[in-house]
Amino acid sequence: MTKQGRVSAPGRLSGPVAGGDSAATATAEPENALLPDEPLRDLALRHGLKQTAVVPPLRSYVVDIWQRRHFISGFATARNIAMYTEARLGQLWQVLTPLLNAGVYYLIFGLLLGTNRGVPDYVSFLVTGVFVFNFTQRAFITCSTVIRDTLPLIRALPFPRACLPLGYVLIELQQLILSFAVLFVIVVVAGEPVTPYWLLIFPVLVLQSIFNVGCGFILARWGASIDDVSQLLPFIVRTWMYTSGVLFSLQTLTLTFTGKLHDHPALAYLLQINPAAVYITLIRYALLAEYRDALPGAKPYNHARCVLYRAFPGNTKYQSFSAYCHPSTLPSIPSLWVWGTGWALLVVVLGFLFFWRAEARYGRG
Amino acid sequence: MVVVEDLHVVYRVFGSNADKGTAATALLRLIKRQRRPSIREVHAIRGMSFVAYRGDAVGVIGRNGSGKSTLLRAIAGLLPAEQGAVYTDGNAALLGVNAALLEDLTGERNVVLGCLAMGMTKQETAEAKPKIVEFSGVGDFISLPMKAYSTGMGARLRFAIASAKSHDILLVDEALATGDAEFQRKSHDRIDELRARAGTVFLVAHQLAEIAETCNRVIWLEKGEIVKAGDDVPGILDDYLVAAGGESRFREAAATANYPSSSSS
Repeated sequence: MTKQGRVSAPGRLSGPVAGGDSAATATAEPENALLPDEPLRDLALRHGLKQTAVVPPLRSYVVDIWQRRHFISGFATARNIAMYTEARLGQLWQVLTPLLNAGVYYLIFGLLLGTNRGVPDYVSFLVTGVFVFNFTQRAFITCSTVIRDTLPLIRALPFPRACLPLGYVLIELQQLILSFAVLFVIVVVAGEPVTPYWLLIFPVLVLQSIFNVGCGFILARWGASIDDVSQLLPFIVRTWMYTSGVLFSLQTLTLTFTGKLHDHPALAYLLQINPAAVYITLIRYALLAEYRDALPGAKPYNHARCVLYRAFPGNTKYQSFSAYCHPSTLPSIPSLWVWGTGWALLVVVLGFLFFWRAEARYGRG
Repeated sequence: MVVVEDLHVVYRVFGSNADKGTAATALLRLIKRQRRPSIREVHAIRGMSFVAYRGDAVGVIGRNGSGKSTLLRAIAGLLPAEQGAVYTDGNAALLGVNAALLEDLTGERNVVLGCLAMGMTKQETAEAKPKIVEFSGVGDFISLPMKAYSTGMGARLRFAIASAKSHDILLVDEALATGDAEFQRKSHDRIDELRARAGTVFLVAHQLAEIAETCNRVIWLEKGEIVKAGDDVPGILDDYLVAAGGESRFREAAATANYPSSSSS
C-alpha cells in the first residue's frame, strides 16, 4: 500500500503515516444508513425477534438440557479418555490413582498413627471413606473451574451452560465406578462377605451424585467470576474431609470415654448429618458387614459390654462391642437416608436456580 | 433478521500489570472494600445501533481491536450486553478463528460433540459426521487431537462443524482467511448456500475484496463505534482505505465493472 500521494477525503483529517490511529476517529458525525425511523425495540418486537444473551425461561432451559443429554455423556466420556493420554501408563492411571490414594492414607493413619482404635476392619473402612469422599472432593474442585476450562467452547457454540457442570460430575462418577471396582477387590480380600446389602450402594451413589451436581452448579457460578474460589476450595474441602469421619470413626469419637466428642453430643450429631458423613456412613453400612454389625444398636443393649467398649476402644477384643451400646446420641440409619435425600434435593434445586440465574453471563471474563 | 439497539459490551480483564500488588496491599484493599485495581474494564463496544434484514450479507470492517469480533459474539448471544440489546429471529452460528472447541480431543470427537452441543440428535450427528469430515478435508488427521492441527486445518474443521446445521444467522469471523484457495472456494459456496436459505450473514474480513464481492451492506467500526454504515459498499470501503492511508479503488472498480447496476451484489 503506497503511503505517498494519498488523497484526503473531504472533511476528514488524514493521520500520520505510521500508526496513525487518530485518522478514522477524527470524523465528526458517524454516518449510519442502517437505522430505520421507528424505535429499534418496537421494530424488533413487531418482527417477533427475541433478545439474545438473556436468561432463558426456566422451563425451556430444562428442556434444552434434556435435549443435550447425549452431549453431556459424550463430553464426559471424551474428557475421561483424554485425561491420561499424555501419561505413559495411560488408562491404567484410572485405577492406579484411587489405589495410591488409599495406600497413602493407610500408611499414615493406619500404620504410623494407628487411628484404627475402635473400628473393626480398618483397611476397608478407610478405603471406602477415601473413595466416597474423593468423588465429592473431585467434583467440587473440577466444577469450580469448569467455566474457565471450557471458555473456547462456550464462546463458540450456544447451548445451555448447565451441561458443563453436569458433564464434569459425570466424569467423576465414571472415575468413581472404576474406583469401586478396585474397592470391591480390596474389601473382599480383607474378608468382607458379598451380601445383598451391597445393592444399597446404588441409591446412595445416586443421591451423592445429585448432591454433587447441586454443589457443582453453585461452585461453577462462583468460580466463573471469582478465581479465588478455586484457590481456597482445596483447604475447605480438606477440612471438611477431616470432620466427616473419612479417616476415623465419628461414632467412636462420640461414644468412648476418651473420645473428643464425648462431651459435645450436639456437635457430634451435626458432624454426622453433614452430607459427606451421611453418604460415607451409608456406603460403609451397605458394603462392610463388620461395620454394620458393630453399629451401636445393632445388638440388644448390654451395659457391661458397652462399658468395656467405651473404656477400651483400642482393644481389638472389644472393638465390635459398640453394637451393645445405646444409639441415643447417634443418628440412626433410616434417619441418615432421610438426611441424604434431603441434602441432595435441597442442594440440587437451589444450585440449579442459582446457576441458571447467571446463564447469560458465562461468556464474559 | 438482526436488530442491534444501543449496544455496549464491556470485558473485564484480570491481572493487567497496572499494579503488581503485594499481599499487604491486597489485604488493605479487602479491609477498605475496594475493587481490585488489576481488574481493567475494556469497553469494546460503545453504543452501536443498526438493523440487518433477511437476505442481507453485512460486511464488518475496521482495524484490529475495533470491536468486530466482539460485535459478532454479542450477536451470537455469546457475550452479554452491558447496556442495550441485540434482537434476533433465530439461532446464530459463529465461525471464528479462535473458536477452538476442545483441543485435547480428537477431531472426530470434536465433530460429534460440536453437533450434539448445537442440539442435533444422535442420529442426525451420525449422518452429518462423514459429510463434515469430508468437507473439512483434514483426512487422516481426524483421529488426532485438535492441538496437533495446523491453524488452517483447525479452522477448516470448525467451519465444517458449525456450518453442518442450517442457521438463521451466520457470523463469519475471519474463519476463511487461514484456509487454502481450494477451501476458500468451497466455503464461499457454502456461505452462499446458507445465505440463500438462512437469511442474514455477517462477515468480518481484512481482505476488503472479499467483502466487496459478497456483501450488500457494510459497517465500518473504529474503537467500538460505528464510523459509517450503509448500502454503498464500494464507497465505504474506499473511505476506510483512505483513512487507513491507502488509495481508493473500489468505487472506480465498481463503476467500471458493474455499471450501471453498481450496488448489486
